[in-house]
Amino acid sequence: MANLRTIARRTFLIGSAAIAGGVAFGVYAYRRDPANPLLADLPEGSVAITPYVLIDAQGITLITPRADVGQGATSIQAHLLAEELDVDPHSVRTDPGPASTAYYNGKIAAEGMPFAAWDDGFVSRTGRGAGAVVGKFVGLHITGGSTTVPDGYETLRLAGASARETLKRAAADRLGIAVADLRTGNGAVLPPDGDPIPYTALAADAAALAPVSARLRDPSEWRALGKPMRRTDIVAKSTGAARYGVDMDLPDMLHATVVTNPTIGGGVVSMNTAEAEALPGIVAIHPITDGAAVVADNTWRAIKAARAITFEWGPPNLPEDTAALRALHRAALTGETRDSRFADDGDVDAALGTAFEATYEAPFLHHAPLEPANATILYTPERTEIWTATQVPTFAVQQVARITGQDEEQVVLHNLQSGGSFGHRLETLWINQTAEIALNHPGRPVRMTWSREEDMTHPFLRPMAVAHGRGATENGQVTAFDLSIAAQSVTESQMGRLNQPAIGPDVMIVAAAWDAPYAIPNRRITGHRVPATIPVSSWRSVGASHNGFFTDVLMDELIHQAGADPVAERLRLIHHEPSRKVLQTVAEMADWQGSRPADGIGRGVAFSFAFGVPCAQILQVEDTPSGLRLTDLWIAAEVGRVLDPVNIEAQLSGGALYGLGHAMLAEISHADGVIEQRNFDTYESLRVYHTPRVHVRALGSGGPIRGAGEPGLPPAAAALSNAIFAATGERLRAMPFSRHMRFA
Amino acid sequence: MRLTVNGTEHIVEVEPDMPLLWLLRDELGLKGPKYGCGIAACGACTVHLDGVAVRSCQIQAGDLDGADILTIEGLGTPEGPHPVQQAWIEEQVAQCGYCQSGQIMQVVDLLNQIPAPTDEDIDAIMGGNLCRCATYPRIRAAIRRAAQAEGT
Repeated sequence: MANLRTIARRTFLIGSAAIAGGVAFGVYAYRRDPANPLLADLPEGSVAITPYVLIDAQGITLITPRADVGQGATSIQAHLLAEELDVDPHSVRTDPGPASTAYYNGKIAAEGMPFAAWDDGFVSRTGRGAGAVVGKFVGLHITGGSTTVPDGYETLRLAGASARETLKRAAADRLGIAVADLRTGNGAVLPPDGDPIPYTALAADAAALAPVSARLRDPSEWRALGKPMRRTDIVAKSTGAARYGVDMDLPDMLHATVVTNPTIGGGVVSMNTAEAEALPGIVAIHPITDGAAVVADNTWRAIKAARAITFEWGPPNLPEDTAALRALHRAALTGETRDSRFADDGDVDAALGTAFEATYEAPFLHHAPLEPANATILYTPERTEIWTATQVPTFAVQQVARITGQDEEQVVLHNLQSGGSFGHRLETLWINQTAEIALNHPGRPVRMTWSREEDMTHPFLRPMAVAHGRGATENGQVTAFDLSIAAQSVTESQMGRLNQPAIGPDVMIVAAAWDAPYAIPNRRITGHRVPATIPVSSWRSVGASHNGFFTDVLMDELIHQAGADPVAERLRLIHHEPSRKVLQTVAEMADWQGSRPADGIGRGVAFSFAFGVPCAQILQVEDTPSGLRLTDLWIAAEVGRVLDPVNIEAQLSGGALYGLGHAMLAEISHADGVIEQRNFDTYESLRVYHTPRVHVRALGSGGPIRGAGEPGLPPAAAALSNAIFAATGERLRAMPFSRHMRFA
Repeated sequence: MRLTVNGTEHIVEVEPDMPLLWLLRDELGLKGPKYGCGIAACGACTVHLDGVAVRSCQIQAGDLDGADILTIEGLGTPEGPHPVQQAWIEEQVAQCGYCQSGQIMQVVDLLNQIPAPTDEDIDAIMGGNLCRCATYPRIRAAIRRAAQAEGT
């Protein structure tokens, strides 16, 4: 991992002309499989046939290394393995496995590259292949970028098939018959006559064999994949039996919380802990980085005592308020801070003439998963154990090893399911804090839980973004489209927390804008990098979360100026056939007859292309005396192949509603360098009474398989702005819209 | 003080200002009720107090002598789920699942009051239960399913 600096540079080179050398070298040097991490610590009588299938006398465990943050990752990974292994995913155990480079994500690096996912040309294909090599080389054991299904689709089925064939080989050897005479089913090898031999009874024999490689079954042979599935966690999550990090309970465990400077990194001048120390149940109060930790025998006692500490904080090191931050972004919308111009077609300046122009704005946002940030750590000088929910287990282990002064091999991480994330669990601040606390209590597990107020005021934010759009229309058609976007770089901020540089332009600043498949004769997309001040991070759909809004509201405004139909003109402009199909599909679903089907009722259409998924939405709103009501949302998306229609619907619906809720209601604002929102009373969120009826159609028309966790979000805010315009004639260009209007 | 939780009587000695939520979670080891906000803004901690849904983060231990508490653990089990839990399973409501114990406890109270709720009833009574994953369309569907199951 010390070579991340080199890799960052290579990632950049892949994005430029030096592509061929990087690919050849990378593929040659890094094609070999990393070692199977399950073998390192294997109990007596256990067999790990691949890094994904563990068998012992008690049964079968499927290793599902992508973190489950609510998106159903555990269930789909288990189903992919089980389909080929011939086991019932509901009757075997699942485990996320250890933090290991063996579980590298081969797809995620491609997201940071300037290749449009609809572009299947040589350079793009080669570049994406190079991304897989980079992912493998740096051992990015990471969950994100809607890659769990694309990355695991073949890997996990192959692992299941290999384990199955190895077990058949073992049975064939034992019975003295040919492998071809054996079948498998329900966790057992089935001889032509005689009783089934459970996999568990073959494990010892299989351990002596080299893993057998196997051909993947044709999808026509699938039993579970492609049909509605029951999530493996659904019963536990419906009965209160599901356990999260905040529920960790270990013998002799201490309960902790922290209070830190409201400005991350702001430091402490002095603190007075006398009153807090006198409260019941307090074990210890420790200074930690930027603040203090209270250790107690009960979480509430720790939080109560933490509130009783008085601090003199170091001065805020941020621009003082939201107005200053907005000014910083507006100032960046000039040529001097240009970060990228990946799209520049035709002659935009000549085509603009007396152009339409407008400025758009998206605020800072917090992920705010409902489970507050937490970690449990048991430190001893010999070995440290971590229990937490993280999307970056190998990074978390590195961070903790640095704090405890141990080798990474001495640090073991148990990854847990998360009560939401939306990108939040890509950060590790609270894990680091827990390690600092645990160092003071060797031999005793410490469970640290952030109060909601600590959580709300110490986010890694979706960046604010400001855009300036211009365009022209002629003869009822959109002829010029010029969009400049200014935002802080998420990549720079995240890499900075890893003490690594981020070299080259940040594709995320312009994601889903530069690569929107609109064939406009004169089209230019420019990214401007705002100087880094506020720590920013990957928020569900990252750059597409604001660019889906900017792109398709500007498009809607130009179509309105042209006097064209919002669906018909988009269909005329879109040059990518699967994208046209989703737009046609959503128009059929909604029975589209125009944007104003009746007085006071408006319909907004929006389209975006993010994470390789074209997604089109139509939202219907009604202007009522008690405010604007969202009544119906239609969503169509193309994911290549639908593995589980039940969860795809949940993810596309959830992504769109998450986008709508924030567009309507949510903003993180700063005053005196400090975040003003402290809890869900002021950081407002979508409620059941805001929620429209949702109608989803996920298409699986072939092509690369895609993930659905993020692509539902980018068009949603644009669909809402466009619907509000249709219903009321008022054009909202700055989120959240509740600043300007009332929702019923 | 003496209180009954899921049919079992407990005698607990804690500070009178300790919220019921933390009494349940950290003193009695019942992890179903969840901490989300601490200010009655999210509903994740919802339990029944003498048969009525309450935010357990707002009820203080000093007021609980003689109280009868029901948590999600006492409602049903993975092997024998309550009809509302069964509806949650059939509709596959949960994504991250963190809020769902509170949602389910609120719905049981809703159906006790209004056996066949309209969408307006659901909006009015469920508006205090936050789901960051926005599973609301399936929450509505599961409420309708549970209402039908209990009505038959």
